[in-house]
Amino acid sequence: MVAQSVSNNIVLKRLKRLPFASSFWLQMLFILIFSLLLFGPIINLLIWTITEVWYFPHALPTQWGFKYWHQVFNPYSDVSGSLLTSLLIAVLTVGVCLLVSVPAGYALSKRSMPWRVFWMLLFLIPQAFPNLTVYMNIARLFYGFGLNGTLLGVVLVHSVHGLMFSVWISVAAFSATDPLLERASRNLGAGPFYTFFHIVLPQAAPGIMASCIFVFLESLDEFTGTFFVGAPDITTLPLLLYSASMEGNYQIASITALILLVPSILFMVVIHKFMKPEMLAKLGK
Amino acid sequence: MQQKEAQKLWLIAPAALMVSLFFLYPLCFSLYSAVTLDGALTLSHLDKAFELYSKDMLFTVIIVLVSVMLLAILSISIAALITLSPFRSVVGILGFLYRLPLFIPFIVAAQMMRTFLAKNGLMNNAFVASGLMTPMDTISFLGWSGIIITFVWKQLAFSTLLISGAMAALDDAQIRAARNLGASRLRILFGIILPQIAPSLGVALVLSTVTMMSVLSVPMMIGTGTPTMISADMAFRVDSYGDYHVANALGLVSYLICAGLAWFYLRQSLKDKGATA
Repeated sequence: MVAQSVSNNIVLKRLKRLPFASSFWLQMLFILIFSLLLFGPIINLLIWTITEVWYFPHALPTQWGFKYWHQVFNPYSDVSGSLLTSLLIAVLTVGVCLLVSVPAGYALSKRSMPWRVFWMLLFLIPQAFPNLTVYMNIARLFYGFGLNGTLLGVVLVHSVHGLMFSVWISVAAFSATDPLLERASRNLGAGPFYTFFHIVLPQAAPGIMASCIFVFLESLDEFTGTFFVGAPDITTLPLLLYSASMEGNYQIASITALILLVPSILFMVVIHKFMKPEMLAKLGK
Repeated sequence: MQQKEAQKLWLIAPAALMVSLFFLYPLCFSLYSAVTLDGALTLSHLDKAFELYSKDMLFTVIIVLVSVMLLAILSISIAALITLSPFRSVVGILGFLYRLPLFIPFIVAAQMMRTFLAKNGLMNNAFVASGLMTPMDTISFLGWSGIIITFVWKQLAFSTLLISGAMAALDDAQIRAARNLGASRLRILFGIILPQIAPSLGVALVLSTVTMMSVLSVPMMIGTGTPTMISADMAFRVDSYGDYHVANALGLVSYLICAGLAWFYLRQSLKDKGATA
């Protein structure tokens, strides 16, 4: 009698667990399909980078090899040239953004700033409108100044695009600094510039570094603005990728894409520890 | 004090000047150029844009709407699984996986999809190899479905990040109370979580729409043939004809599409506030 009720109990417990057990496998199936869809395109890209010959209806390349890697990393190839152009533009863009957004971020971090919300929204606007039309008209505007197809023109376009990140993150970084330290420094007789560079800026440095990385990546990956303002004189990596892909030169396009992926993935790994979804919920508050 | 405030304005001036000069001015100019000819108001550019590209406008609206809906469904399910799943392994794997495309540039995603979704791409090849299809049945997904797949693939990370952030910020006690009272996980999702994260969902979808309307590389690389998205038409109009008026008229339409969605979102959230107030 007792034994029967015990075995009944066990059966009951198993029955209770059953819907959970089945939902576990359902959830695992979801993850499996999700990861196949997620990694499929990435794997396809990787295969193309080491393909020499691949045509329909072969499921996999008929000839593998690194022939195109040699072609790409030849010092006289288009890729190395545009890699340098891309890096130069990205570094200059970071410089321009730093120069204008550090003072702006510092001023906006003070709650007493008149019209603070208005200024913050102003820097949000480049992200709130579809910017394709704007780039088109910037290109037309720059044409009048002779800025089209110049490095300066492209850097300016990238900077405006990156300004939202750099200003908003700088504001957050400066808001987190201790105002008492700043006041103490001023009371001890330090000038405003000395205080800013020796007391305030070092405290905000990590946040400002993060904004620099964001701006750098955004500039490296920017396509639309460069397409209108820079082409055909300035060839950045995304533009090279585009033209290689449109010519059907998938190997070169895929290797270029892989080069563009490297900084993104590095950054992803670095920021994975810092970027919790919970933090994003607090952004802008 | 007055002097101090003036000093602060000088600190903002360079950044504000840059945005005004290189964003606001071209933005206003595009609106002006869309509705004027030699300084006189006219609707002829908009007429011409509608005459030539009305099919593409419809196509764009449909692509955006379908992508936004797919994004909403997928990112809510992933975020809900992360928040509610009792299995730590599921939460861990999903939490890592969904963020992968976050920093992958659109142009790289477009190139990946251009090869992945093609007639001889890895996707069709996998179907053929598993015996689900013969090589002759394979079709290329490059076109409207490819554009949607690429947008969803890339934007999913961003919208899920926002939504799961909102879910994580919710008060845990409510969920636990509901569970103690015997509510199923599905009921908790629809009854307690979704109403509270609706604002974040709206923001994620509106920002995704703006992104989809500004990306030029995806429609140009994935959308082969006609109809195509109006972003590709704008580039074509400018590059081939130097016709800024019609291109700006199309730009005006693209603002309106985004504004329409933003308006829908605002109205919805105002309604919700009116209901609770």
